[in-house]
Amino acid sequence: MSEQTTENTDVITGIEAPIYLKYNFTAGAAPARFLTQVKEGVLTGQRCPQCAQVYVPPRGSCAACGVPTEEEVVLSDKATVQSFTIVSIPIPGNSIEPPFVVANLVPDGANISFIHLMSECDNADVHIGQRVQGVWKPQEEWGYSMDNIRYFKPLDEPDVPVEKIGKIPVEGWEG
Amino acid sequence: MSQPDVLHQAFELGFTYTRSTGPVVGRFLTELKQRNIVGIKGSDGRVIVPPMEYDPDTAEELSEFVDVGQEGEIVSYAWVKEPREAHPFDKPFAWAMILLDGADVPMIHCVAADSEDAVSTGARVKAVWAEETIGFITDIRCFERV
Ligand SMILES: [Zn+2]
Repeated sequence: MSEQTTENTDVITGIEAPIYLKYNFTAGAAPARFLTQVKEGVLTGQRCPQCAQVYVPPRGSCAACGVPTEEEVVLSDKATVQSFTIVSIPIPGNSIEPPFVVANLVPDGANISFIHLMSECDNADVHIGQRVQGVWKPQEEWGYSMDNIRYFKPLDEPDVPVEKIGKIPVEGWEG
Repeated sequence: MSQPDVLHQAFELGFTYTRSTGPVVGRFLTELKQRNIVGIKGSDGRVIVPPMEYDPDTAEELSEFVDVGQEGEIVSYAWVKEPREAHPFDKPFAWAMILLDGADVPMIHCVAADSEDAVSTGARVKAVWAEETIGFITDIRCFERV
Protein backbone atom coordinates (compact mmCIF):
# COMPACT_ATOMS: atom_id res chain seq x y z
CA MET A 1 0.00 0.00 0.00
CA SER A 2 2.66 2.47 1.00
CA GLU A 3 4.73 1.72 -2.10
CA GLN A 4 1.70 2.39 -4.32
CA THR A 5 0.68 5.74 -2.92
CA THR A 6 3.97 7.30 -1.94
CA GLU A 7 7.67 7.06 -2.50
CA ASN A 8 10.42 6.97 0.09
CA THR A 9 7.99 7.36 2.93
CA ASP A 10 5.59 5.29 4.99
CA VAL A 11 1.91 6.09 5.03
CA ILE A 12 0.93 7.95 8.18
CA THR A 13 -1.72 5.99 10.08
CA GLY A 14 -1.54 7.59 13.51
CA ILE A 15 -0.40 10.70 15.32
CA GLU A 16 0.49 11.55 18.87
CA ALA A 17 -1.93 14.09 20.27
CA PRO A 18 -1.26 14.48 23.97
CA ILE A 19 -3.05 17.02 26.13
CA TYR A 20 -1.34 18.33 29.26
CA LEU A 21 -3.32 20.25 31.85
CA LYS A 22 -1.16 22.24 34.22
CA TYR A 23 -2.67 23.04 37.58
CA ASN A 24 -1.50 24.98 40.58
CA PHE A 25 -3.36 23.15 43.32
CA THR A 26 -4.03 25.30 46.38
CA ALA A 27 -4.88 23.41 49.54
CA GLY A 28 -7.31 25.92 51.04
CA ALA A 29 -7.54 26.92 54.71
CA ALA A 30 -8.78 23.68 56.33
CA PRO A 31 -6.57 21.22 54.38
CA ALA A 32 -3.58 23.58 54.85
CA ARG A 33 -4.21 23.52 58.61
CA PHE A 34 -4.46 19.71 58.44
CA LEU A 35 -1.20 19.40 56.47
CA THR A 36 0.58 21.79 58.86
CA GLN A 37 -0.37 19.45 61.72
CA VAL A 38 0.60 16.34 59.74
CA LYS A 39 4.03 17.92 59.31
CA GLU A 40 4.25 17.79 63.13
CA GLY A 41 3.17 14.15 63.19
CA VAL A 42 -0.42 14.80 64.30
CA LEU A 43 -3.62 13.79 62.49
CA THR A 44 -6.46 16.26 62.95
CA GLY A 45 -10.06 16.52 61.83
CA GLN A 46 -12.83 19.08 62.16
CA ARG A 47 -16.14 18.55 63.98
CA CYS A 48 -19.42 19.79 62.53
CA PRO A 49 -21.16 22.13 65.04
CA GLN A 50 -24.54 20.78 63.94
CA CYS A 51 -24.31 16.99 63.46
CA ALA A 52 -21.02 16.45 65.42
CA GLN A 53 -19.48 14.33 62.64
CA VAL A 54 -15.67 14.60 62.52
CA TYR A 55 -14.19 15.00 59.05
CA VAL A 56 -10.68 13.97 58.01
CA PRO A 57 -9.04 15.45 56.08
CA PRO A 58 -11.16 18.51 56.89
CA ARG A 59 -12.57 20.57 54.03
CA GLY A 60 -13.79 23.46 56.18
CA SER A 61 -17.47 22.61 55.98
CA CYS A 62 -19.95 19.83 56.63
CA ALA A 63 -21.27 18.47 53.35
CA ALA A 64 -24.39 17.10 55.07
CA CYS A 65 -25.35 20.24 57.03
CA GLY A 66 -23.87 22.94 54.80
CA VAL A 67 -22.25 24.76 57.71
CA PRO A 68 -18.62 25.74 58.33
CA THR A 69 -16.55 23.42 60.53
CA GLU A 70 -14.05 25.17 62.80
CA GLU A 71 -13.52 23.01 65.87
CA GLU A 72 -10.26 21.12 65.43
CA VAL A 73 -10.10 17.58 66.80
CA VAL A 74 -6.92 15.58 67.36
CA LEU A 75 -7.23 12.03 66.02
CA SER A 76 -5.39 8.78 66.65
CA ASP A 77 -3.13 7.12 64.11
CA LYS A 78 -4.95 3.91 64.96
CA ALA A 79 -7.71 3.18 62.48
CA THR A 80 -10.25 0.64 61.25
CA VAL A 81 -10.46 -0.80 57.73
CA GLN A 82 -13.78 0.33 56.23
CA SER A 83 -13.08 -1.07 52.77
CA PHE A 84 -10.04 -1.99 50.69
CA THR A 85 -8.84 -3.09 47.30
CA ILE A 86 -5.86 -5.16 46.22
CA VAL A 87 -4.14 -3.43 43.31
CA SER A 88 -2.66 -6.01 40.94
CA ILE A 89 -2.00 -3.86 37.87
CA PRO A 90 0.79 -1.27 37.82
CA ILE A 91 -0.45 2.33 37.70
CA PRO A 92 1.46 4.66 35.34
CA GLY A 93 3.55 7.11 37.35
CA ASN A 94 3.15 5.12 40.57
CA SER A 95 6.35 3.55 41.82
CA ILE A 96 4.71 1.05 44.18
CA GLU A 97 5.07 -2.49 42.94
CA PRO A 98 1.82 -4.52 42.76
CA PRO A 99 0.18 -6.35 44.33
CA PHE A 100 -0.46 -3.84 47.11
CA VAL A 101 -3.41 -2.93 49.33
CA VAL A 102 -5.17 0.42 49.25
CA ALA A 103 -7.71 0.87 52.03
CA ASN A 104 -10.34 3.31 53.24
CA LEU A 105 -9.36 3.78 56.89
CA VAL A 106 -11.36 5.53 59.61
CA PRO A 107 -8.99 6.87 62.28
CA ASP A 108 -10.15 6.65 65.88
CA GLY A 109 -11.97 9.87 66.77
CA ALA A 110 -13.23 10.51 63.19
CA ASN A 111 -16.39 9.46 61.40
CA ILE A 112 -15.19 9.27 57.81
CA SER A 113 -12.33 7.49 56.11
CA PHE A 114 -9.26 8.53 54.17
CA ILE A 115 -7.34 6.43 51.68
CA HIS A 116 -3.93 5.00 52.51
CA LEU A 117 -1.72 1.97 51.97
CA MET A 118 -1.54 -1.19 54.06
CA SER A 119 1.59 -3.27 54.51
CA GLU A 120 3.35 -5.67 56.91
CA CYS A 121 0.42 -7.99 56.27
CA ASP A 122 -0.59 -10.87 54.05
CA ASN A 123 -2.79 -9.22 51.40
CA ALA A 124 -5.17 -12.19 51.56
CA ASP A 125 -5.76 -11.60 55.29
CA VAL A 126 -6.87 -7.96 54.97
CA HIS A 127 -10.53 -7.58 55.90
CA ILE A 128 -13.22 -5.02 56.74
CA GLY A 129 -13.22 -4.17 60.46
CA GLN A 130 -9.50 -4.93 60.82
CA ARG A 131 -7.58 -2.73 63.27
CA VAL A 132 -4.46 -0.98 61.93
CA GLN A 133 -1.94 1.67 62.95
CA GLY A 134 0.17 4.14 60.98
CA VAL A 135 3.89 3.44 60.48
CA TRP A 136 5.55 6.85 60.26
CA LYS A 137 8.68 7.86 58.40
CA PRO A 138 11.59 9.18 60.49
CA GLN A 139 10.67 12.63 61.83
CA GLU A 140 13.37 14.43 59.82
CA GLU A 141 11.58 13.33 56.62
CA TRP A 142 8.18 14.76 57.60
CA GLY A 143 6.63 17.30 55.23
CA TYR A 144 3.20 18.65 54.34
CA SER A 145 2.07 15.22 53.24
CA MET A 146 0.12 12.14 54.25
CA ASP A 147 3.18 10.28 52.95
CA ASN A 148 4.68 11.04 56.39
CA ILE A 149 2.84 7.82 57.21
CA ARG A 150 4.46 5.13 55.07
CA TYR A 151 1.54 2.73 55.44
CA PHE A 152 -0.74 1.18 58.03
CA LYS A 153 0.03 -2.20 59.58
CA PRO A 154 -2.33 -4.60 61.35
CA LEU A 155 -2.82 -4.31 65.12
CA ASP A 156 -3.39 -7.28 67.41
CA GLU A 157 -6.86 -6.07 68.40
CA PRO A 158 -10.31 -7.60 67.93
CA ASP A 159 -12.18 -6.68 64.71
CA VAL A 160 -14.68 -3.84 64.80
CA PRO A 161 -18.20 -4.97 63.81
CA VAL A 162 -19.45 -3.26 60.65
CA GLU A 163 -22.08 -1.19 62.48
CA LYS A 164 -19.40 0.30 64.76
CA ILE A 165 -16.92 1.24 62.01
CA GLY A 166 -16.64 5.03 61.93
CA LYS A 167 -17.88 5.38 65.53
CA ILE A 168 -14.74 4.55 67.51
CA PRO A 169 -13.66 7.29 69.97
CA VAL A 170 -10.16 8.73 69.91
CA GLU A 171 -9.33 6.71 73.05
CA GLY A 172 -9.45 3.54 70.94
CA TRP A 173 -11.24 0.21 70.67
CA GLU A 174 -11.34 -2.33 73.49
CA GLY A 175 -13.36 -4.93 71.59
CA MET B 1 -7.03 28.58 65.56
CA SER B 2 -4.10 30.24 63.81
CA GLN B 3 -4.14 30.60 60.03
CA PRO B 4 -1.57 28.37 58.33
CA ASP B 5 0.56 29.35 55.35
CA VAL B 6 -1.12 29.06 51.98
CA LEU B 7 0.04 25.71 50.63
CA HIS B 8 0.10 25.09 46.92
CA GLN B 9 1.68 22.61 44.56
CA ALA B 10 2.13 22.31 40.82
CA PHE B 11 0.21 19.41 39.34
CA GLU B 12 0.17 18.25 35.74
CA LEU B 13 -2.48 15.97 34.33
CA GLY B 14 -1.50 14.41 31.02
CA PHE B 15 -3.78 12.63 28.56
CA THR B 16 -1.21 10.95 26.32
CA TYR B 17 -3.50 10.20 23.41
CA THR B 18 -2.49 8.64 20.14
CA ARG B 19 -5.04 9.01 17.39
CA SER B 20 -5.68 6.94 14.28
CA THR B 21 -5.79 9.18 11.26
CA GLY B 22 -7.90 7.01 8.97
CA PRO B 23 -7.03 6.72 5.27
CA VAL B 24 -7.91 10.28 4.21
CA VAL B 25 -6.25 12.39 6.92
CA GLY B 26 -3.43 9.82 6.83
CA ARG B 27 -2.94 10.55 3.14
CA PHE B 28 -2.99 14.32 3.82
CA LEU B 29 -0.28 13.93 6.50
CA THR B 30 1.75 11.55 4.34
CA GLU B 31 1.71 14.16 1.56
CA LEU B 32 2.75 16.88 4.02
CA LYS B 33 5.75 14.77 4.92
CA GLN B 34 6.68 15.03 1.23
CA ARG B 35 6.05 18.79 1.27
CA ASN B 36 2.90 18.53 -0.77
CA ILE B 37 -0.61 19.69 0.14
CA VAL B 38 -3.65 17.71 -1.00
CA GLY B 39 -7.37 18.29 -0.79
CA ILE B 40 -10.27 16.11 -1.79
CA LYS B 41 -13.04 16.71 -4.31
CA GLY B 42 -16.56 16.85 -2.92
CA SER B 43 -19.75 15.74 -4.71
CA ASP B 44 -20.38 19.30 -5.95
CA GLY B 45 -16.82 19.62 -7.27
CA ARG B 46 -15.52 21.72 -4.39
CA VAL B 47 -11.96 20.98 -3.32
CA ILE B 48 -11.83 20.61 0.44
CA VAL B 49 -8.53 21.13 2.35
CA PRO B 50 -7.67 19.41 4.62
CA PRO B 51 -9.48 16.50 2.99
CA MET B 52 -12.57 14.99 4.60
CA GLU B 53 -13.52 11.32 4.56
CA TYR B 54 -17.18 11.96 3.81
CA ASP B 55 -18.99 14.53 1.70
CA PRO B 56 -20.36 17.32 3.90
CA ASP B 57 -23.62 17.47 1.87
CA THR B 58 -24.36 13.90 0.76
CA ALA B 59 -22.30 11.97 3.34
CA GLU B 60 -20.94 9.74 0.55
CA GLU B 61 -17.39 8.48 0.87
CA LEU B 62 -14.82 10.70 -0.84
CA SER B 63 -11.65 9.48 -2.52
CA GLU B 64 -10.59 11.87 -5.29
CA PHE B 65 -7.46 13.56 -3.97
CA VAL B 66 -6.35 16.80 -5.62
CA ASP B 67 -3.03 18.62 -5.28
CA VAL B 68 -3.48 22.23 -4.25
CA GLY B 69 -1.04 25.14 -4.26
CA GLN B 70 1.40 26.08 -1.53
CA GLU B 71 0.32 29.69 -1.85
CA GLY B 72 -3.02 31.23 -1.09
CA GLU B 73 -4.99 34.17 0.21
CA ILE B 74 -5.90 35.20 3.74
CA VAL B 75 -9.69 35.07 4.07
CA SER B 76 -9.78 36.15 7.72
CA TYR B 77 -7.38 36.26 10.63
CA ALA B 78 -6.90 36.91 14.34
CA TRP B 79 -3.74 38.61 15.58
CA VAL B 80 -2.33 36.97 18.74
CA LYS B 81 -0.64 39.69 20.79
CA GLU B 82 0.40 37.48 23.66
CA PRO B 83 1.22 33.93 22.55
CA ARG B 84 0.62 31.17 25.05
CA GLU B 85 2.87 28.22 25.81
CA ALA B 86 1.16 25.85 23.39
CA HIS B 87 1.23 28.32 20.49
CA PRO B 88 3.57 27.80 17.52
CA PHE B 89 5.46 31.07 18.16
CA ASP B 90 6.79 32.83 21.21
CA LYS B 91 6.29 36.21 19.52
CA PRO B 92 3.07 37.76 18.19
CA PHE B 93 1.59 36.03 15.12
CA ALA B 94 -1.75 35.50 13.37
CA TRP B 95 -4.13 32.59 13.14
CA ALA B 96 -5.61 32.79 9.66
CA MET B 97 -8.11 31.12 7.39
CA ILE B 98 -6.12 30.63 4.19
CA LEU B 99 -7.70 29.77 0.83
CA LEU B 100 -4.97 27.85 -0.97
CA ASP B 101 -4.77 28.12 -4.76
CA GLY B 102 -6.95 25.38 -6.22
CA ALA B 103 -8.96 24.92 -3.02
CA ASP B 104 -12.54 26.05 -2.44
CA VAL B 105 -12.50 25.86 1.36
CA PRO B 106 -10.05 27.83 3.54
CA MET B 107 -7.75 26.03 5.97
CA ILE B 108 -6.66 27.39 9.34
CA HIS B 109 -2.94 27.83 9.96
CA CYS B 110 -0.57 30.34 11.49
CA VAL B 111 0.96 33.33 9.72
CA ALA B 112 4.34 34.72 10.76
CA ALA B 113 4.58 38.48 10.49
CA ASP B 114 6.58 41.22 12.15
CA SER B 115 3.51 43.23 13.06
CA GLU B 116 -0.26 43.18 12.85
CA ASP B 117 -0.06 45.76 10.05
CA ALA B 118 1.66 43.18 7.87
CA VAL B 119 -1.39 40.91 7.92
CA SER B 120 -4.56 41.73 6.04
CA THR B 121 -7.57 40.07 4.46
CA GLY B 122 -6.78 39.30 0.83
CA ALA B 123 -3.01 39.19 1.40
CA ARG B 124 -1.10 36.50 -0.49
CA VAL B 125 0.83 34.03 1.65
CA LYS B 126 2.96 30.94 1.04
CA ALA B 127 3.72 27.84 3.08
CA VAL B 128 7.05 27.66 4.90
CA TRP B 129 8.10 24.07 5.48
CA ALA B 130 9.75 22.74 8.63
CA GLU B 131 13.38 21.69 8.25
CA GLU B 132 12.36 18.12 8.96
CA THR B 133 8.92 16.88 7.98
CA ILE B 134 7.36 14.01 9.95
CA GLY B 135 3.78 13.75 8.70
CA PHE B 136 2.09 16.24 11.00
CA ILE B 137 0.28 19.55 10.47
CA THR B 138 3.33 21.39 11.86
CA ASP B 139 5.30 20.17 8.81
CA ILE B 140 3.97 23.47 7.47
CA ARG B 141 5.82 25.60 10.01
CA CYS B 142 3.75 28.65 9.10
CA PHE B 143 2.63 30.83 6.23
CA GLU B 144 4.27 34.13 5.41
CA ARG B 145 3.58 37.01 3.04
CA VAL B 146 4.59 36.38 -0.57
ZN1 LIG C 1 -22.89 18.35 59.92
